[in-house]
Amino acid sequence: MKKLLFSALISLAAALPIAAQPAMPRFHFENFTTANGLPNDHVFSVLVDGDRIWAGTENGLAVREHGIWKTYTTADGLAHRAVLSLALDKVTGDVWAGTMGGLSRVSAGRIDSFTQLNSGLSNNVVYGVSVEGTSVWVATAAGACRYNTATGQWDFFNDRNTPMNEIWTYSVSATPTKVYIAVWGSGLLEYDQKTQRWDKYDDPDGENEMVLYKDQGLIHEIVTSVSYVDGIVWAATYFGDSRYDGRYWHNFLTKDSGLPSNFTNTIRGIDRNRCWFGTDKGLAYYDGTNWAVYRPSLTDGKPEMTVRDAAGKVTPIPVTSAPAHNYVLGIDFQGDDIWVATAKGLSHGIRLPQDKRTAGTPASHPISTGSNPTTAK
Amino acid sequence: MRRLPVLFLISAALVAAITLVRTQSVHAGVTPAAARAAAAANSPVNAHTSRSDAEINIYASPLELLLSPDGSQLFVLCQQSGDIRVVSTATGRTLKSIPIGQELRGIFLSPDGSRLYVTSSWDDTVSVVDTHTLAVTARFSVKGEPSGVVTDKSGKTLFVANRLSNDVAVLNATTGDEIKRLAAGRGASYMLLSADGKRIYTSHIYPALGAHRTVPQSELTVISPDSEPGRAAGPHVVDRMPLHLAAGVFHIAQSADGRLSAVAHFHPKNLIPLAHLEHGGALANNLTLFGPDVDQAVGGTIEVPLDELDRYYAYPFGVAITPDKSRILVTHGGADVVTVISVPALLKFAHAHPKGFAEDLSASGNYVLARIPVGKNPRGITLNRTGSLAYVANRLDDTISVIDTRTSKVLRTIALDTPKAISALRRGEQTFYTAKYGFQGHFGCSSCHLDSTLDGLTWDLEPDGFGVDIVDNRLLEDIRDTEPYKWNGGNPDIPTECGVRTEKYFWRSENYDARTLADLTVYIMGIRKRPNRALPGPGKLTPAQDRGKVIFERTVDNFGNPIPELNRCNYCHSGPKGTNQKSFDVGTKKWTDRSGLLDTPQLTSIALTAPYLHDGSARTLEEIWTVYNPHDQHGRTNDLIKDQLNDLIEYLRTR
Repeated sequence: MKKLLFSALISLAAALPIAAQPAMPRFHFENFTTANGLPNDHVFSVLVDGDRIWAGTENGLAVREHGIWKTYTTADGLAHRAVLSLALDKVTGDVWAGTMGGLSRVSAGRIDSFTQLNSGLSNNVVYGVSVEGTSVWVATAAGACRYNTATGQWDFFNDRNTPMNEIWTYSVSATPTKVYIAVWGSGLLEYDQKTQRWDKYDDPDGENEMVLYKDQGLIHEIVTSVSYVDGIVWAATYFGDSRYDGRYWHNFLTKDSGLPSNFTNTIRGIDRNRCWFGTDKGLAYYDGTNWAVYRPSLTDGKPEMTVRDAAGKVTPIPVTSAPAHNYVLGIDFQGDDIWVATAKGLSHGIRLPQDKRTAGTPASHPISTGSNPTTAK
Repeated sequence: MRRLPVLFLISAALVAAITLVRTQSVHAGVTPAAARAAAAANSPVNAHTSRSDAEINIYASPLELLLSPDGSQLFVLCQQSGDIRVVSTATGRTLKSIPIGQELRGIFLSPDGSRLYVTSSWDDTVSVVDTHTLAVTARFSVKGEPSGVVTDKSGKTLFVANRLSNDVAVLNATTGDEIKRLAAGRGASYMLLSADGKRIYTSHIYPALGAHRTVPQSELTVISPDSEPGRAAGPHVVDRMPLHLAAGVFHIAQSADGRLSAVAHFHPKNLIPLAHLEHGGALANNLTLFGPDVDQAVGGTIEVPLDELDRYYAYPFGVAITPDKSRILVTHGGADVVTVISVPALLKFAHAHPKGFAEDLSASGNYVLARIPVGKNPRGITLNRTGSLAYVANRLDDTISVIDTRTSKVLRTIALDTPKAISALRRGEQTFYTAKYGFQGHFGCSSCHLDSTLDGLTWDLEPDGFGVDIVDNRLLEDIRDTEPYKWNGGNPDIPTECGVRTEKYFWRSENYDARTLADLTVYIMGIRKRPNRALPGPGKLTPAQDRGKVIFERTVDNFGNPIPELNRCNYCHSGPKGTNQKSFDVGTKKWTDRSGLLDTPQLTSIALTAPYLHDGSARTLEEIWTVYNPHDQHGRTNDLIKDQLNDLIEYLRTR
């Protein structure tokens, strides 16, 4: 009886700080590096493919299946050893890998590589890739392009046929209705699949690294990542991030939100309200009101989680693990779990049951959605 | 009335050919001039005009066949006449002809036996035939030259292998709506639904586009027709079974218990000079076996030679395994025989030779039970329910051989309704597909020009070879008015190309007589160009193709400088076929080449003929200019931006 009472008290004590705070997801992070199977600690991208996890690293494309890592290299046909971006064709199961030396398709173990020399690919440096139907949209260092897997035709999108001033494209998010392309130095491009017309969103103050007024529009011309889901554009820059609903912009800056850094590498919208942010100072989650940040402490490196509520009150949450590094480059979801690509390893965030209990219902706070098959990677 | 001139010409051709045969010394060989004259005489129309369609379509050309579930009817796919013949197995009489389309290639009976699916490779359609009414009930559009076809076990989903788009289309078998495309290998062509319905295998007639002068590699694309946990929903590729040193991969068969599978294919030795023909071959004819029975015997797959030390069995195409797994039967389109293999003897031999015996031509004596002579160009094969009878489609004499599999004897031969008179064109096709002229029956024209096209390989053809003058195999479609032939332009006409040269370099035994060479010339000159799928419509081009055409025809470069005539695309690649029939040095000479002066190749169906350049060193059209044209000798292209190069290639895809 005493034992039971003691356990109950401990549980209550553990739950109290959380219960007082917004029910933000908590994870146990399991980290992978070269020490336990990755070919390199620099992980640029991550992709969940059912029970398989793909990791684009600086030294090959690694895949984890049944608990074992296997690495594809240029010897297997990979276009280049540095894999910057990944996308899954959910219809066929093929994985598309954007590398520093071309675009590769991994299909049931066979790798076909497309380069600027052997195909219509516009440039070998492929920062972003997204699959929609039979179209593989590719963001490269020399414009975007689209490969039709049914006809083999390539279409180019650059300064000659779109409002793209600069052609260094960084990320692409393709959906059946709209395609968004994040352009380094040229804002955000929008392609309407129906009308086949382009539109463009720029920073109202040009390339100035300032925000003139709150919710002014796109924060900067250097757009690093974009995610389009449920009619909402989530756009990241190195100077802050934005949400755009087709009419109004909402900006996220460290000064007035829970964003741990304005320097954002990657962004993954989940639905109209919720979004994940990969910054240079940790992984962040926004549920439409509150923020959570997951990282090794910036001061002592110890695992850290903080929750910021709508009033701006920041509460530390006791945790025993954190993502492998603060510099987050890629995010993907596996059910309630999260996978995070960082500059020093890949992290598997295993969703802890406590917050589900606290939140009242496990389904009330899923971190991913099944309705967004084509968010940018 | 339209037939009269054709018949008259055929009669005249026969008379002329007989006269020529009488006047020529066969043993002395045939001079090109004589063959040219004979070819002109034998041609149903003038050598510089197209053949009439009536001439093309008059022969049935049975390519594949299936039995109805009760075994009373044979459904025979007739490739050239474009119909399905329903033949009574009891009487051998044709009960009905069901018109389908052009260049039929694949046939499959739905699991419940109610529907036949037939691919029409030149129409890009799959026709659905009701097996009760024997009427076509639907035609589904499937782009990319549909070839093999199967359904899943439920019959609800249709899978179509497409030879040109290198994929497998997945369709709703009722509505024909395309659900998805799965990436297959190059030249996806033949399919098999496994006995348990859990896998679909696809083979490919062309090898993968590998690095230059590396051994050919092919694959069997293995598809799960159903969803599997943790994988893409619905049908998806689960494996790509490598076929090392294989090219020209044809039919796949599986035993009724699903434990033994076999696929027929060529085993080319294209990296060595053909001078070594008499030292063990350049093109072996093999089977690869796989499945649990094989795993049990050897712990993997087995590649099985079908040839013998001094006799080859060219063009292994159709495969069947008897229900009791005692025998495997293989048709040989170039040898006009069916090989019968003892499965127990083969597995025993394989078990005793765990290191493999793929190139040991003495091996076949240990497991080949019989070679059964059948008709000309035997292709598809099917067994009755008990496996006691095998039916073989003899494509080039329009017959069906019925074989008793226990005695390995032909019980009877069913003749399909077809003209009695054999035209020069038909004789030429028979010559093209037979290997009887080849040294020890090694190979025929069609062994490399698969289905009268190409094999996707580069060869070292010269007897003085040893790595000199490597050549890419060129397409034979619509080659009239593209002479001279051969990459160095050394052969002024087909009789020279296929007569003396072939006799000397390839056959090394029996020469063609005048009529045979003339007929062969008629056939080769008459091989048609397949439909172009890149064109948006007759006489139309897409905006990108239009822009590419402008680049192809431009006279000024991007800097405003005039492009010398010799450096314009459309100077060398001029005219309707895309060649001015002259030789140029375009800077692609390799250290292996004796000369850089090369014949200008025609552009006919150019998008389909990778690899490119005379030695096949460019794997894609892009590489011709991005890699192999550093000094603008192969046209002024280095001023082009990538957008323009893409446009140029989009235009070339329309040729």
